[in-house]
Amino acid sequence: MAYLFDTPEQRKIMFDAIGIASIDELFQQIPAELQLKRELDLPPALSELALEQDMQRRLGSAGGRGTCFLGGGVYDHFIPAVVDEITSRGEFYTAYTPYQAEASQGTLQAFYEYQTLISQLTGMDVSNASLYEGGTAVSEAVFMAMRINGRHGRVAIAGTLHPEYRQVLETYCSRLGTELVEIPHTNGVISAEACRAALDSETCAVVLQQPNFFGCLEDIRGLTDIAHAAGALSILAFDAVSPGMLKRPGEYGVDIAVAEGQPLGTPLQYGGPLLGIFTCRGDYVRKMPGRLIGKTTDRKGKECFVLNLQTREQHIRRDKATSNICTNQGLLALRTTVFLATVGPAGMRQMATLSHQKARYAAELLTAIPGVSLKFPGAFFREFLLETPLPACDMLKALSDRGYDVGPDMGRFSLTSVDGWQNCFLVALTEKRTRAEIEGLADAMRGVLERV
Amino acid sequence: MRNPTATQLLFEMSCAGRGTEVFPASDVPDVTGVPKIGADFLASGPLPLPEIAEPDVVRHFVNLSTLNMSVDSHFYPLGSCTMKYNPKRHERLARLPQAANSHPYQSESQVQGLLSVLYEMQTMLAEISGLPGVSLHPAAGAQGEFTALLTAAAWFRDRGENRTRVLFPASAHGTNPASAALAGFECVQLSGGRDGFVDLEELKAHLDERTAVFMVTNPNTLGLFERDIAVVSEMLHSVGGLVYIDGANMNAILGRTRPGDFGGDMMHYNVHKTFTGPHGAGGPGAGPIAVRDFLAPFLPAPVVTFDAARNWYSLSVPEKSIGRVRTFFGNVGILLRGYFYIRTLGGRGLREASENAVLNANYLLSQVKDFLEVPHGDRCMHEFVASAKRQKDLTGVTTMDIAKRLLDYGFHAPTVYFPLVVEEALMMEPTETESLQTLDAFAGALRKICSEPAELVKGAPHSTAVCRPDEVNAARKPVLCWSAPNC
Repeated sequence: MAYLFDTPEQRKIMFDAIGIASIDELFQQIPAELQLKRELDLPPALSELALEQDMQRRLGSAGGRGTCFLGGGVYDHFIPAVVDEITSRGEFYTAYTPYQAEASQGTLQAFYEYQTLISQLTGMDVSNASLYEGGTAVSEAVFMAMRINGRHGRVAIAGTLHPEYRQVLETYCSRLGTELVEIPHTNGVISAEACRAALDSETCAVVLQQPNFFGCLEDIRGLTDIAHAAGALSILAFDAVSPGMLKRPGEYGVDIAVAEGQPLGTPLQYGGPLLGIFTCRGDYVRKMPGRLIGKTTDRKGKECFVLNLQTREQHIRRDKATSNICTNQGLLALRTTVFLATVGPAGMRQMATLSHQKARYAAELLTAIPGVSLKFPGAFFREFLLETPLPACDMLKALSDRGYDVGPDMGRFSLTSVDGWQNCFLVALTEKRTRAEIEGLADAMRGVLERV
Repeated sequence: MRNPTATQLLFEMSCAGRGTEVFPASDVPDVTGVPKIGADFLASGPLPLPEIAEPDVVRHFVNLSTLNMSVDSHFYPLGSCTMKYNPKRHERLARLPQAANSHPYQSESQVQGLLSVLYEMQTMLAEISGLPGVSLHPAAGAQGEFTALLTAAAWFRDRGENRTRVLFPASAHGTNPASAALAGFECVQLSGGRDGFVDLEELKAHLDERTAVFMVTNPNTLGLFERDIAVVSEMLHSVGGLVYIDGANMNAILGRTRPGDFGGDMMHYNVHKTFTGPHGAGGPGAGPIAVRDFLAPFLPAPVVTFDAARNWYSLSVPEKSIGRVRTFFGNVGILLRGYFYIRTLGGRGLREASENAVLNANYLLSQVKDFLEVPHGDRCMHEFVASAKRQKDLTGVTTMDIAKRLLDYGFHAPTVYFPLVVEEALMMEPTETESLQTLDAFAGALRKICSEPAELVKGAPHSTAVCRPDEVNAARKPVLCWSAPNC
């Protein structure tokens, strides 16, 4: 079998040292009646070559995938080769949580750099060293807000929040008796009046998204002021690419800002593993979930890095911990660290601006097709909700058959808060989409509609 | 050779105007027919990120990497973490196009190959656990615990029961009580018997109609198989409660016994441990759960189902699902590595992996027990817990000192000060992918350390880049972010 070293002679040495004659003796610790009397019923073992051939057959093709205009939280962005190269180093990816600081300064410094880069990206005071992904980061933010202001009664959720983020929050809150109040949107954005009407003295936090799930821009500053006036915290889920061009979460005065970090150097991988970016105001740091790396000095006065404020965490505080998270998304945080270090401020600006320009160009071409329009009138960043005369699922299937993967459609989430949702779907752009691909998509959509 | 210049902080390496061209100029014309973003929304200037050329970025991280110990470079007997070899074939296979580049909203027809693999993974995890309902969603073990507790809570509610308490032994991982609290349960900690096993009398005294779930790691965190686990299970079931198996230690029992066969109702796997997804300097992991058939309708959504008549794989929502516990599907990249591992070893290979993990642990135990106390006997499963209490009492050398001194000998330290029920604990898990020579060298180093002058050991490590960072001061005045010097 694979990955074993010891010869029969060596095993004999070990048996003698332990004082056993057979391996079965070691398993006598397990009561006989509980032991499995047969071999596990699994597919037969495969050699490396045979496994490679089987997987090439099943995963080796793109599965009829087309050009990617898919959005809704993760995006088909470019990843510089240096990211894969660095994170493929065994010294990083085969290490574990840096419990022994002296044996983990590489990891610890990289995560301290990650926390700093994320603070620079967001304009927020503090970043932790990662959570699982954007959706659970929203739930952790709500729990943190409850610890901060002690309000457990209600949480106000923007009707423009990613529906899956909301679904995760519903599950996370299902045993707490906390009421989730939806703030209805008007034309794809949250109005000040609607926000104000949704809040009361029991409201713990307002959860917003920028750009929101429909791609539109919200007045985060105004909504945050309303939340604060009601004694609630402002929690923002932002697009990790947007600070390259748009205001940073910190500039809106929000209390907690989270994001899905996938666009910054992580492949799509069918939606996981991803990277939960989690940041907050400095005065809330002791209420934060997840690991934090701190700078300190060693015995000789040398600057170095350690796991910090561990008394918040489950291995010390157990049922009083700020979260149950232990294993996090370290390697993805490292990917984002290398990504941001490589592209720098100019690269972030270019990536955001290109995605935006291409989204505008795509919107212009697509809405020139008779019967096709933007669902909402407001400005968008890199993603927009489109309405066509066809049911969205039929349209997306027809586009897919022509080599263009677009969506998701609103029917996937039963988003009935959008009039005519049956015919609406998202179109997302990244710097990777070329003019020819965008024009190809427009031609394809025109073709689909002409055949109706 | 170490290069200290390259391990300055990224921010200290930054030089205005430097950088690497990654993206091209725009190839689309400016348009006027769509709404324009107002100035209020736009950034006022460039992001304050460092500006570094790619060659310096590479040199920086390559040099940082040399400051780490890792499975690829060192023996890493970190108990409870199963730091076994991470096969290189997995890394290449995980980059196959359908695995690496599929968007989660890709249509089902475009991911049939991937869904077929995930479906097979569900089936294999059901077989290995003896528990038929599997959800691949949870991102890590802790999220698996939380998810399973919510699943149990939904089942109780469906039966019209309101059970409020989760019980666990004092030797439990910290995630167990943390997950139970997060899931809205009252936590009840049992002290356990002196012999390291669940104390049946104590357990009995705490069981009543409020009991929802007993969470137990088996083999437990002392490396002992809970010999009375079947009785424990009957006791829970007789009061209408459920048994949760923390699967962190599955590497001890693959193919030898199954949680479903010894009375567990639900469990999580740590794919990054047992099935060797690399630990990634802290993650990502994957924490799929397996449950009994009556709990399966409550599992989180979606699960992969197979329609044999149409030969078609799809995502579907279980009948009474608790809903979503994360965005999209799961940590597919890690689940795939676990799948590759199971396919490589097969049923017999998995059993042999566990047998050799247990053999290696018992051999190591036999080599250290004459100079380190092992309070819970001279047989263990895949790991054991030694204690440096004698050393501490006699010479003042603590477990932490020994752990640090091991680094000087080129070994990562065992898990220290866990479980909490053993004083000066050193929890050692060699795994099956270490040779006799490595185990001998490690035991030899430990033996030598135990006879070294106390001062030498207390001053360790002597060979690493830094020595004993000041954690107290770090927590008192947290510096969690670099800031530009005042200028």
